[in-house]
Amino acid sequence: MVHESIAATHAVVTLDVALPDVFWGWYVTMNMWAKSIGTGLVFMLFLLLRKNPNEVDSGLRTKTMIVSFVFMNIFLLFTWLDLHQMWRMWHIFFYPHWTSAITVGAWMATLFVGLEFLMIVIMIKNNGTAAFDKLLFWVTLLAIPVTLYTAGIMAEATARELWQMPTEAVQMILAATLSGSAAMILIGGSKFSDETKAFLGNILGLSALMAFIIYMSEYIFGAMKAEEVAAILSYVKGDGEYSTMFWIGQWVAYLLPMLLVALYRVSKSNALLSLAAILAIVGLWVVKHVWLVIPQLLPLS
Amino acid sequence: MQLGFLVDLHLCMGCKGCEIACKVENEVPLSTWRLRVKYVDVGVFPETKRTFTPLRCNHCENAPCERICPVSALHYIENGIVNIDKERCIGCAGCVMACPYGAIYIDPETQTADKCTYCAHRIASSMMPACVVACPVEANIFGDLDDPTSNISKYIQEHRDVQVRKPEKGTNPHHFYVGAGQVHLNPLASEREEGYNLFNKITKLPLGGHH
Repeated sequence: MVHESIAATHAVVTLDVALPDVFWGWYVTMNMWAKSIGTGLVFMLFLLLRKNPNEVDSGLRTKTMIVSFVFMNIFLLFTWLDLHQMWRMWHIFFYPHWTSAITVGAWMATLFVGLEFLMIVIMIKNNGTAAFDKLLFWVTLLAIPVTLYTAGIMAEATARELWQMPTEAVQMILAATLSGSAAMILIGGSKFSDETKAFLGNILGLSALMAFIIYMSEYIFGAMKAEEVAAILSYVKGDGEYSTMFWIGQWVAYLLPMLLVALYRVSKSNALLSLAAILAIVGLWVVKHVWLVIPQLLPLS
Repeated sequence: MQLGFLVDLHLCMGCKGCEIACKVENEVPLSTWRLRVKYVDVGVFPETKRTFTPLRCNHCENAPCERICPVSALHYIENGIVNIDKERCIGCAGCVMACPYGAIYIDPETQTADKCTYCAHRIASSMMPACVVACPVEANIFGDLDDPTSNISKYIQEHRDVQVRKPEKGTNPHHFYVGAGQVHLNPLASEREEGYNLFNKITKLPLGGHH
């Protein structure tokens, strides 16, 4: 419709002000990426404790929680650095506005990181696996909204038509299971049994497959119902500004890890599984970055 | 009282008097605008015409910026204006991402969000917004939408082609246009070609985030 109207009217913007460029850039990509790993590891630890508790010793519990804690702090650090008035961060806690997913997310993430710290202390000081496991249940429950709230922020970003809530919520969970399983494969290494490695590999491969299907669905069909989405997707189609980056992300985060997991199932090669895990973690950053930036390239007025 | 704006595009001649008045009144820093007039040229020479569209905050009844603001820096005041408390703003740019009209910017001096407030400080002193006063052809009509006898209410009643920008977003803007077409209101209905912009080469400013 847009192209037809331009062709008919020959309408060209001849005077406008300088439009602001990308506001949420790679700091926000770091935020989403690190949070996916942080919460994803909690999901994986919870699942492993139910599936193969014998393989989850106190060392793995502590190590996993510390890695998750580090990534959650990376997430918080970049969230803080991205604020133009970072020293006013405390306003979120003293003047909270509860309709904002940013507020709700900040409170939940703070509680989540506090509980993680408590669990690490419990393990290091008392080796209290019973208390740790009890807390882990509640922390895993909390990890779900902590993972999802960024999708809520994207949904509240009314100006960015590409980010639709149900889709982004699913992508956030899949990003957590993809990067969480990948990080767990790297943490556990050769200590895990073949069964556990296959289990984590399956989660990695299936998360990659489902996320890839959703991205391709949006890529192919997204433009058919909304002209804004069509205009945004043109940045990753053909010779679009972010086309190469988009496809590098899809290959590195999803397609290659899927292939490598399939090969691992045949060969049982740890190196292949580790490579799949590394690629998934690296590629996820690229995928998230492209999807974050492209809606911001569109003029709104 | 619900204050609203209406611009009669039949009258607007693109003088940018409103833009300058706004800049001066609100001390809007260089490279940023609370109100701006966009020019779109339509047609092929010699059958061409130039259209002018003043663009400012729409003071939506269902404002996405107010909803997403984590600290209520963007808030409603009782006359329907979406106001901003710059002392409270943390500069997260959530409002910039949420506003479908691109009406909010980060002030490069204060590093906080800013936008048109319908000159709330002037209204508090029973004065009209600076842009209304400056307009030489009275294309800006400002008043109380709840009062059927106000100029803006009468104007809306008398004209059939009253439109808002992006009605599909469900924001219920309190900012209306008379005499607008697709090229005025839909950013996708006109091309933006490099070389035909006053601000060519600096059409994108590094004001935003980190990328």
